[in-house]
Amino acid sequence: MALLSFERKYRVRGGTLLGGDLFDFWVGPFYVGFFGVTTALFAGLGTALIVYAASLGPTWNIWLISIAPPDLSYGLSLAPLREGGFWQIITICAVGSFVSWALREVEICRKLGIGYHVPIAFGVAIFAYVSLVVIRPWLLGAWGFGFPYGIFSHLDWVSNTGYQYLHFHYNPAHMLAVSFFFTTTLALALHGGLVLSAVNPAKNPDGTQGEVKSPEYEDAFFRDTIGYSIGTLGIHRLGLFLALSAGFWSAICIIISGPLWARGWPEWWSWWLNLPIWS
Amino acid sequence: MSGLGRIVAATGLVTVTIALGGCELGPKQSQQTGFRGTGMAQIVDPDHVAKLGAIPPPPYALPDDSGPRAREAYQNVQVLGDVSAERFNHLMAAINQWVAPPEQGCNYCHNPNNMASDEKYTKVVARRMLQMTRTINGKWSSHVKGTGVTCYTCHRGNAVPTYKWAIAEGVADPDTIVRNKHGQNSPNVSVGYASLPYDPFQTYLAGKAQIRVAASSQYPSPNHVVSIKEAEKSYGLMMHMSTALGVNCTYCHNSQSFRSWSLSRPQRATAYYGIRMVRDANEGYISPLAAVFPAYRKGPHGDPYKVNCQTCHQGQSKPLGGYSMLKDNPTLKGPPVPTAAPEGGAAGAAVPAVLANPQAMTRRQ
Repeated sequence: MALLSFERKYRVRGGTLLGGDLFDFWVGPFYVGFFGVTTALFAGLGTALIVYAASLGPTWNIWLISIAPPDLSYGLSLAPLREGGFWQIITICAVGSFVSWALREVEICRKLGIGYHVPIAFGVAIFAYVSLVVIRPWLLGAWGFGFPYGIFSHLDWVSNTGYQYLHFHYNPAHMLAVSFFFTTTLALALHGGLVLSAVNPAKNPDGTQGEVKSPEYEDAFFRDTIGYSIGTLGIHRLGLFLALSAGFWSAICIIISGPLWARGWPEWWSWWLNLPIWS
Repeated sequence: MSGLGRIVAATGLVTVTIALGGCELGPKQSQQTGFRGTGMAQIVDPDHVAKLGAIPPPPYALPDDSGPRAREAYQNVQVLGDVSAERFNHLMAAINQWVAPPEQGCNYCHNPNNMASDEKYTKVVARRMLQMTRTINGKWSSHVKGTGVTCYTCHRGNAVPTYKWAIAEGVADPDTIVRNKHGQNSPNVSVGYASLPYDPFQTYLAGKAQIRVAASSQYPSPNHVVSIKEAEKSYGLMMHMSTALGVNCTYCHNSQSFRSWSLSRPQRATAYYGIRMVRDANEGYISPLAAVFPAYRKGPHGDPYKVNCQTCHQGQSKPLGGYSMLKDNPTLKGPPVPTAAPEGGAAGAAVPAVLANPQAMTRRQ
């Protein structure tokens, strides 16, 4: 792997959280670090267990392979491997590798002296996963509430778990999460479109390349359109906020389903009907 | 903290308090209802499940079915004539406990000077209800099993059962869009407070409408056209059933396919017969009493108040927690009659197959 002329400046020693200089090196383009090693170990073991557990199952159809959590009767204890134990160890490996990856990102941030925005953002995604397979099962008292590891089977789990609350679209946190997901894609489309429109302008009438425009043109477009431009830095703050909110409220919407509300979600809104203002 | 910060913090605190105040914070109880990992489970807050009141004991020990028959001892006994007079009196005492307002007792239905007289409408209704109860216990054992029902299953000490329905009140002027919600978009308890059409009962529990939303093919077909509102009306009925039984959708269905009987739990077959049993009760026994009921016992459209799942279940998957009052009141069982068969060809024939093999759904594939 070629060493770029500027890499020497950024590939500096130190900034590690654990392991000191021991793992402070690169393999080709990849920084390793202590957490690179744990990422590889957890991910390798977890993947191997998924393949092994799949080999014990009835199918190699990639869509139908499913590694299911234990029966609810096992509660928060360990289950035999073939009755959910594989799911439990794979879950440990998954959480271990995701968290290791985030901490490896932290070490790279520290080397570069930049903020922790990326590992924090990834941390929200990890939180959403951990909500599903650790926090909610723990609150409900059984690992069996986690979702199964299979392409179709996890979708069936989502559907049935939604129908445990009769009509999941009435879940207030689900409403927020869906709104943020849609708003994220809207903001990304507007942002991408705006940048491309400025730096990729159409050809001039005489066939020469059009002139690339500055961010002032981008700001002017939105000021003319809606009276306000959030600006070149602000749009990225907004994008990060929208995207993290989507993941965060997704996590909240499933944590509260069961631990904080066990009936149909439409009925939850009866607190609004029962407000002393009009009831 | 800045002024803005204080406002944000206070708003957040109020929001969180209101949101959590609407929640159930205690520990939950759960029950797995499908193969592990399918997400089929019942989760309930024990503080909010329907509480079962004390079931009244029999008025006195059940007498033998010997001695003179009721028709010999009394006049105008049309339904229970073959029962011994002793048992007839026992049942009358029980009905007194179950249905009649305490201050009126026997006189709620009878003229004390002429017990045989049919002059009070309540006596005519009671006779029809006795026939209905016997039909339910005989013909509809596919739904009520050996537990059966008595008057108390619905009445619970009330002259009129607490949970009942009549055709929903319409709008003042159905030809205008002003204030016309077309029978939906109101938080109605009959559909679990969702925006779904809130009178699914007239369609499904009095009429013969079939719940056939899922098609046999993934492609549109002129042979299977179900409007979104029809689909939502059937969803509304399901919301009612869930509310009435205190269960969620996965008590009967695996949402992978709501239609597939082989993926469903055997409870769905019980519910299938339940829908038909309720229709039989409404169409065969209650609606024909329209001319007998006084106006104040009827709904806004002049139809008598009818039964739905909630009438008996009252928030429990088994009414009265599955306690059978029939053993103390064998008179309500009536003579043996053939049980109802499933309707509708292959779809109906699939029901007994699931019943015969209830573990098929949870077995490892």
